[in-house]
Amino acid sequence: METFLEEVNKKIHGVPLQACYHCRKCSAGCPVASHMEYNPNKIIKMIQNGQKDKVLSSSTIWLCLSCETCITRCPNEVDIARMMDVLRQMAIEEGRAAKEANVLKFHEAFLSSIKFGGRVHEMLMTVHYKLKSGDFFSDVDIAPSMFLKGKLALLPPRTKDMKSIKNIFEKTKTK
Amino acid sequence: MKVSYYPGCSLHAMGKEYDLSMKAVSRALDIELKEIEDWSCCGASAAHNTNFDLSIALPARNLIAAEKDAMDVMVPCAACFNRFKMAEHHLKADKDLKARIEGALGAKYQGGIAIRNPIDVIYNEIGIDALAAKVVKPMTGLKPVSYYGCLLLRPPNVCQFENYENPFMLDKMMGALGADVKNWSYKTDCCGGSLSVSKTAIVVEMCDKLMAGAKEAGANCVVTACPMCMANLEMRPSPNMKMPVFYFTELISLALGLPDAKDTLKSHLTDPQPLLNQLRLI
Repeated sequence: METFLEEVNKKIHGVPLQACYHCRKCSAGCPVASHMEYNPNKIIKMIQNGQKDKVLSSSTIWLCLSCETCITRCPNEVDIARMMDVLRQMAIEEGRAAKEANVLKFHEAFLSSIKFGGRVHEMLMTVHYKLKSGDFFSDVDIAPSMFLKGKLALLPPRTKDMKSIKNIFEKTKTK
Repeated sequence: MKVSYYPGCSLHAMGKEYDLSMKAVSRALDIELKEIEDWSCCGASAAHNTNFDLSIALPARNLIAAEKDAMDVMVPCAACFNRFKMAEHHLKADKDLKARIEGALGAKYQGGIAIRNPIDVIYNEIGIDALAAKVVKPMTGLKPVSYYGCLLLRPPNVCQFENYENPFMLDKMMGALGADVKNWSYKTDCCGGSLSVSKTAIVVEMCDKLMAGAKEAGANCVVTACPMCMANLEMRPSPNMKMPVFYFTELISLALGLPDAKDTLKSHLTDPQPLLNQLRLI
């Protein structure tokens, strides 16, 4: 049976995680390391140790900002940013609850908006996110001024060839 | 020169100042823009955070549409630029992926056109001297720090931007406009854009750190080329930490004395007009 490490390496499709010699440059440069449950290099160690449950249920994978500072500075070119994408996708495909639930809910609202019109409509997307997350009150103070400044379009923008968009979502569906 | 133009969703909404000033600057510098026919969203963070194939297919749809015109494609939004470059990188490196994506799109990806951001186009195609020669209103008294953020630069082998730990193209461009560009240590630090809505408290902390760095460097404004950074830096810093943030194209518009240069200043969430008035730049 495939180990957790083998599974992740296969999906990263690049330098294997064993190339990491734990210099911690990734964690030193990570702007959100101090907020994470486990630092990026610790996640690599945990994958090597086969601690799948702990990794996929951690806050770390959802707090990673994808700023790509880690891969930029890794002396062994281990693609930690891509690793985080792989781990998030694995967690979703396994139906695990995201430890930082609102982060995933925001992504889902964003993708729904693309699915609906081919382009993102910020106002509908925000309403969708608020309904999903229950976070009704954040940023309500900013919205009216955005609207008055013409930053929030009333009508959703739309790509004409919506069939091609539907196809993309249909054919790249994982589960 | 003539390029394909991909505005992306932001430039038609939150980042409309970037779209308008980009178009004005392009006209003034003889860069002809042809918008990609029936473009769609690049998928941004949401796609690559959740589904790898989707994150490649969405930008690939636009790349294939742009290939019909066989010109370089200029992508002003740093986030879209990053996703386009990422799609190109993976499609060229992974044959199986390319086959899957082409299957989903029902079209072939040739990979023959260059994906460029406007900083690179203006710096390398127009040139700093030609830009400086067009300045009619030097930005005297403006003390910007250039903020590049993440998405134009990283990962370096994919983005292929100059000097990714200490880039200078924006700095030189602002210098050519007569601004007193300040050096600082946070040019390439992340502003937290992708968590701005869902983990706001963390992002406030990150933006405050950037603004403190800019103030420490003696800056009176920040210059960016990313609509995510713009929205974040205008909305998220604590009230006492805010300072005006400009798209670099807005400052080029002002310095070149373009007719509608002032129009985009009104819709900023942190009003830059008092500063520009005080410096007699508008």
